[in-house]
Amino acid sequence: MQELWQLTKLIRSKNAGPFELTFDIMFKDFDGFERVLDSDVLCAENIAQLYKIEISQVRFFRIDNLLAIKITIPRHIFSGDIEDTDIYGGQFHGPLVRLQIEVGPNPGKQRGYVSD
Amino acid sequence: MIQKVRAIAATGNLSTGFREETLVGAVKDGAHFVGCDAGTTDSGPFYLGSGQARGPREGVKRNLRLILREALSAGIPVIVGTAGHAGGRPHLEWTLEIVRELATENSWHFKLAAIDSEIEKDVLAEALRKGEISPLSPAPRLEREDILRAERFVAMMGIEPIQRALSAGAQVVIAGRCSDVAIYAALPVLRGIPREVAFHAGKILECGAASAAQRLYPDCMAAELDQGGFTVEPPNPALRCTPQSVAAHTLYESGDPHHLVESGGMLDTSHAKFEAASDRAVRVTGSRFVPSATYTVRIEGAALVGYRSIVIAGIRDPLVLRQLEPFLSTVRSVVERKVEDSLKLRSDQYSVRFRVYGRNGSLGEAEPVTEQEGHEVGLVIDVVASSQRLAADIIPIVSHTGLHNPIPEHQGLISNFAYPFSPGGIDAGPVYQFCANHVWRLEDPCEPFKMSVESL
Repeated sequence: MQELWQLTKLIRSKNAGPFELTFDIMFKDFDGFERVLDSDVLCAENIAQLYKIEISQVRFFRIDNLLAIKITIPRHIFSGDIEDTDIYGGQFHGPLVRLQIEVGPNPGKQRGYVSD
Repeated sequence: MIQKVRAIAATGNLSTGFREETLVGAVKDGAHFVGCDAGTTDSGPFYLGSGQARGPREGVKRNLRLILREALSAGIPVIVGTAGHAGGRPHLEWTLEIVRELATENSWHFKLAAIDSEIEKDVLAEALRKGEISPLSPAPRLEREDILRAERFVAMMGIEPIQRALSAGAQVVIAGRCSDVAIYAALPVLRGIPREVAFHAGKILECGAASAAQRLYPDCMAAELDQGGFTVEPPNPALRCTPQSVAAHTLYESGDPHHLVESGGMLDTSHAKFEAASDRAVRVTGSRFVPSATYTVRIEGAALVGYRSIVIAGIRDPLVLRQLEPFLSTVRSVVERKVEDSLKLRSDQYSVRFRVYGRNGSLGEAEPVTEQEGHEVGLVIDVVASSQRLAADIIPIVSHTGLHNPIPEHQGLISNFAYPFSPGGIDAGPVYQFCANHVWRLEDPCEPFKMSVESL
């Protein structure tokens, strides 16, 4: 097992305006990018479960030319509301950093994916 | 129509600054205008609600002085958007006062345009009645009474009110709430640069040097726009842009990586090409601009929720920590009784939050980790009530109750909280909330934005 951060060069969360949160995950190489996408650990369903929202509220983008995944979700509690804990939304990525990713031969490669 | 427009972004936020030599060099290399964003909603609803500008004032003045000095001597316009951090009327006035001071102190003479983006509540309520206001998703409820109860609203202008100011001959444009992109797209579009080029360049420029591969410190950014695309290059030789750094910046703070909704249309960057023009410059081409059928502007508003007082404490006793949840809920019920007895307030007339750092202080309900780790927690007791006086009065009741609340393992009076300060209570002032995430359909993009021009 490897942890997500070992495959990435950036994992961050940030407000996209006061009502949404957006996560940017940028990978070191294509291999790690593919591995994570194929593992299904980082997918709309798991994000919905982790952040306790409906799967239909998760916007999931795969950006191949940047080896990046972008995920945008609504904020349960809007930025600055009295229940809010993170005005900038800058720490919501915390639970993603150590997600366990299976190591081994890249399943994508086994299926004959090429790197561009 | 001119062939090329060279745009300088002084920095990502007017209050954070830039290197003087970078701006001097950037303008000397030839520029058609200097832009600067001065605000954001990132830091929460306080600034919009209270009308307070975010300083430091001396820092903003230093940055404006350098921008005005360079631009005025080069004879090019200055465009500042979202003045004073939130772009309301008091924020605009705060910024204009600094500009006027600078003009007097330096014997500068120029035409100054101010664009007011604060929307009167009755005007907004009337727009709501006429069905011109629609919610984005997610959005708080915005009915007539919510509008009337709120503290302040602003509309986020697109490029047109800025273009109107430039066409009126303004050399310095200070705009209230303004799309970050519009600051940089207004003048190029006026000079015949295609919108897809101008808006994408605006998106890259709006954070100043943030699109560089490594932003060592806040600084300027420059882009040259033409009919086919734009080339972005940091004017500071110590910084460089790479195709990767510029493309990656397109992701920053936007919900959708390829589609940026702006007043008047949507910028589609899904087929944009980012190519190295040198080892420090990047050429961007291939974006599209899809005009919208109706013209809308985003509405932002803030409403007063109450007044906050807080107290900070540490908890180190492992026996308290292992029963922290029931412990705090006992404290809460004792507090409710005491507050009712002494202040005659029901528990729904104020709020007490125990923010437990070391458990879920950062993420609250969204925290997936449930088991306790660590030998201590930090506690912020957060009280919000209808007046500062009441919030401050509730604080000692909560802190004293928590301090001595018993646990079965210790017999005798105990003191559970380590308070670092005396007095423990800190008045944190008025608390606001964002009360609108809506758009307003306009016939005329300039209509709600009142412009005034003065000669200094």
